[in-house]
Amino acid sequence: MLNPDSVGRTFAGTESITISQSEIDSFCAVIGETDTEVAPPTFTIRITLSQFEAFLTQPDVGLDWSRLVHGDQKFEIFSPVKAGDVLTCDATIESYRVAAGNEIVSVRSDLHRAGSVVVSAWSTLVVRA
Amino acid sequence: MIEVGTVLSEKVFYLDRALLKQYADASGDQNPIHQNEEFALSVGLPNVIAHGMLTMALVGKYVSDFAGGSANVLEYGARFVKPVIVPAGEKVDLTVCATISEIEDGKISLTLSATSAGVKVLGMAKAVIRK
Repeated sequence: MLNPDSVGRTFAGTESITISQSEIDSFCAVIGETDTEVAPPTFTIRITLSQFEAFLTQPDVGLDWSRLVHGDQKFEIFSPVKAGDVLTCDATIESYRVAAGNEIVSVRSDLHRAGSVVVSAWSTLVVRA
Repeated sequence: MIEVGTVLSEKVFYLDRALLKQYADASGDQNPIHQNEEFALSVGLPNVIAHGMLTMALVGKYVSDFAGGSANVLEYGARFVKPVIVPAGEKVDLTVCATISEIEDGKISLTLSATSAGVKVLGMAKAVIRK
């Protein structure tokens, strides 16, 4: 179970992430996108989900990642991501509730480039009973 | 002519197990429910299912195409209401369509629909693009 005291906490990613052209190319290839100059709109989920996993499974937060399903997802893109971008990610647990034994956690992530937010993403994650 | 209520052309994507593996490698999401049938069945799923984010990425491609490129996609969100089920050796459809819901200040809002085998897989799917 998630520690309820975690709600409202913001976790700052310590390491910066450098985006490579090859990872954009690989993502584009899956969806048949031939324009690889900017990343597709959902590309940054590869950063966001791994950051969420790292933050939410810390012992003092306590989310069980193994029974997780993705409930919904939203992106706001202020500036498209490109190869060479150096990004940092922070994540905030915005809400938490338990319904029929399922834990429902809403988390927000902000990806920053040189101090400006480039992509904000909201995920609802459900830990199945 | 694009106006509120205009229905855009439908597009069909096809998913198979190879595409799920390719997405797992491209996204880093190696959850076995998207690759291993025995595992998927063991956790109560009907079969291997596509990553919700793969479905969303393909619908995102539809949005990018209409927007004239990924750089013109400003907002995009969806709820995962049903999984896309991908049996071994099959290609399953992901059928995508959209309706223009708002036009304002150089921005166009789309309401998206996505079905697989006739079942709605995304709910509340919306995008805002710059046009």
